[in-house]
Amino acid sequence: MIKSMGILLSFQLLGELVRLAIGWPIPGPVTGMVLLLLALWVGLVRPETVEPAADVLLKALGLLFVPVGVGLMQYGHILKKNGFSIATALLVSTVAALIVTGWTAQWFQSRRPPERENCHGNTLG
Amino acid sequence: METLWGNPLTALTITVVIYVLSLALSNQIRTPLANPILLSVVVVILILSASGVDYVTYQAGGKLLSFWLGPATVALALPLYRQLPLVLKNKAPILAAVTAGSTVAAAAAVGVGRLLGASHEVVLALIPKSVTTPIAIEIAHSIGANRELAAGFVIATGIIGAVIGPECLRLVRVTSPLAQGLAMGTASHGIGTARAIQEGPVQGSTSGLALGLGGIATTLIAPIIALLVG
Repeated sequence: MIKSMGILLSFQLLGELVRLAIGWPIPGPVTGMVLLLLALWVGLVRPETVEPAADVLLKALGLLFVPVGVGLMQYGHILKKNGFSIATALLVSTVAALIVTGWTAQWFQSRRPPERENCHGNTLG
Repeated sequence: METLWGNPLTALTITVVIYVLSLALSNQIRTPLANPILLSVVVVILILSASGVDYVTYQAGGKLLSFWLGPATVALALPLYRQLPLVLKNKAPILAAVTAGSTVAAAAAVGVGRLLGASHEVVLALIPKSVTTPIAIEIAHSIGANRELAAGFVIATGIIGAVIGPECLRLVRVTSPLAQGLAMGTASHGIGTARAIQEGPVQGSTSGLALGLGGIATTLIAPIIALLVG
């Protein structure tokens, strides 16, 4: 557990370092995630090594969101004034994103060359 | 009471206990609207308001939890790694769909918000609304948007996606499990992924993948949209 936590923190720190060193616009934790994915891919880090802390954090993800959500209490006045536009913007953009993502994926899948499909490929499309 | 709130332990304990209770309740009710995050946020805000405690005081304990959103984001590399074979087999559909979906999510939110006269502060905070909270907070920070406001939009978007996602996708004939999962993860991040898992194993895993990829795509898109918003 301690070792896996150390690895996660180290990769986050590495991500922050990249951001500070070269003015990289991507947040430290996101860069850290990509670097860890690469490290897992090339076998530098074994999945079992990061698993204990990663599992705990990902299972607790909902809890970690709560204090940030509570921060909304400071913005009651903004929400009251912009309530309708916010609700409409969130609803419309979520539906649009669902449809565009779904259709794009399906369109690309259906256009895949037949020789690369395996015998069960059609059940996916 | 005042001396109790002065100790970060109070805010931390209340948050954890409320979350555990909310989780138990949402497992009982089993409707996407009874979302444990939404329930916890509402109950904690009610408790703070009733006790006359402000957000800054609460954050002394709250930040002990939000700190871990950074390492949790790094930890997303593990589920991503586990989906690598599926990902490599479907590189083109995945990349195209997640990029298109992330762009549309941010652009539509900004467009509709502006059209309906939302304030500049609100419009900026709408940009990262479809990505998972830790990434959204980082994006909000980097484009100069209000972090708490952005996080609130993220949570609201997640709940909307979890409630209407699968029905909406069936309505527009998105039948491929891979496409369904990608759509849920791209449009409504972790909260949508929780719902996608109930739809099936392919939907759940590809939604988790889209959650990570959509976060990266939006990180790259957000500064451009922020520039356009001005």
